[in-house]
Amino acid sequence: METQKTKYLNPYIGGVLLGLVLLAANFVSGRGLGASGAIKSTIVSAVTTVAPAASEKSGFVKEFRESHQGNPMKTWLVFEMLGVIVGGFLSGAIAGRLKLKVEHSPKITSKKRIFLALIGGILFGFGSQLGRGCTSGSALSGMAVLSLGGFITMMAIFGTAYALAYFFRKNWI
Amino acid sequence: MGPLSVNEIISENTNLFLAFLIGIGFGFVLEQSGFSSSRKLAGVFYGYDAVVLKVFFTAAITAMLGLLFFSLFGWIDLNLVYVNPTYLTSAIIGGIIMGAGFIIGGYCPGTSFCGASIGKIDALVFIGGLFIGVLIFGLGYNMWEGMYLAKFLGSPKVSETLGLTDGVFACILIVVALAMFWVAEWAEQKFPREQY
Repeated sequence: METQKTKYLNPYIGGVLLGLVLLAANFVSGRGLGASGAIKSTIVSAVTTVAPAASEKSGFVKEFRESHQGNPMKTWLVFEMLGVIVGGFLSGAIAGRLKLKVEHSPKITSKKRIFLALIGGILFGFGSQLGRGCTSGSALSGMAVLSLGGFITMMAIFGTAYALAYFFRKNWI
Repeated sequence: MGPLSVNEIISENTNLFLAFLIGIGFGFVLEQSGFSSSRKLAGVFYGYDAVVLKVFFTAAITAMLGLLFFSLFGWIDLNLVYVNPTYLTSAIIGGIIMGAGFIIGGYCPGTSFCGASIGKIDALVFIGGLFIGVLIFGLGYNMWEGMYLAKFLGSPKVSETLGLTDGVFACILIVVALAMFWVAEWAEQKFPREQY
C-alpha cells in the first residue's frame, strides 16, 4: 500500500505563485481575490428566490444590490470560486491526495471535529460579512493594495486566533 | 492598460471567464501549498507548521510589489484598483470573530473550498457553517447595521496613514516579513511534529 506522504510545494514558492495569481486578479478586474463574497452572492440569490417580498425589505440585500447589478450569481467572485474548486481538485488529483475523510487530531473524535468545523464556519461566515471580506478578500487582497482596513482585519484575525490557540490546543496538538 | 475590465479592454464575459481561470490558479496553489489540510493550517498557531504565515506574507508582498512596479511601468492605473474601505469598528470586530472561527474550525473560507475539493468532509461542513453564518448576518442585518457602518474612514492606504510613501512602507513590510519568516523557521525546529 502507498503510505508515502505526498510532498507539498515549498511555501515561499507557493507564496510567490499565489502573489502572482493575486496580481493577475488585480490586473484583469481591478480587484483582488475573495471567497466569502461568493457565499454572499449565493445567499442573496437564494433568499430573493425563496422570499422575494421579504428580501426587498432586507438591508443586507439592498446593500448587496448597491454594488452589484443583475443576477447575483453572475459575479466575479462566484466564477473565481468555481475555479478554486476545480483548481484544488486538479492539484489534489495530481498529488494523489483525493480522499473522502474527516481530518482530525487523534485526540478528538470525528464527531467532535465535525461539530467544531460547523461552529467555526458559522463564526467565520458571520465575521466575514461584518469585516467586509475574509482572509482572502479583506486581509490578503487588502494588504496587497495597502488598505488600512485590510491590515487591521489581518491583525485582528491572526491576533485572535493566537490569543485563543491555548484554549483549543487539544483539538489540534 | 490595466485593470483590463475597468478600462473596458475586455468584455464583461471575458472578465468572468478569466475569473474562473484565476480561480483555478488560486485553488491549485492553495492545495499545492497544503492549505487543504486544517491541521497544517492550524500549525501556524502552535509553531509546528508555519506554512500559512510563509505563504500568506510572501503572496501579499509579491502582489504588492507587482502592483507598485506595474504602476511604475505604466501597465496599471492604481487609481482604478479597488482599495478596501476602512470601517474601523467592523474591521476589528469582524476580524476577531473570524479569528475565533479560524482556531475553532481550522479553515478560512477560501481554504475550506480547497479542502472540500479534495474530499475533506470537515471542510465541507465548515462551508455549511459559512452559509449559515452569512445567512444569520443577513437576517439580523438591522441589529448590527450600526456597528457595520460605524467609524468609516474612507479608503485610506496604510502608507498614507503612517505618513510614508508606498515604496518605503513596502520596504518596511518586507523587512518585517523576513523577521517573521526567521521566527517561523525557528519555531518549526523548536516545536516539531512528525505527523499530522
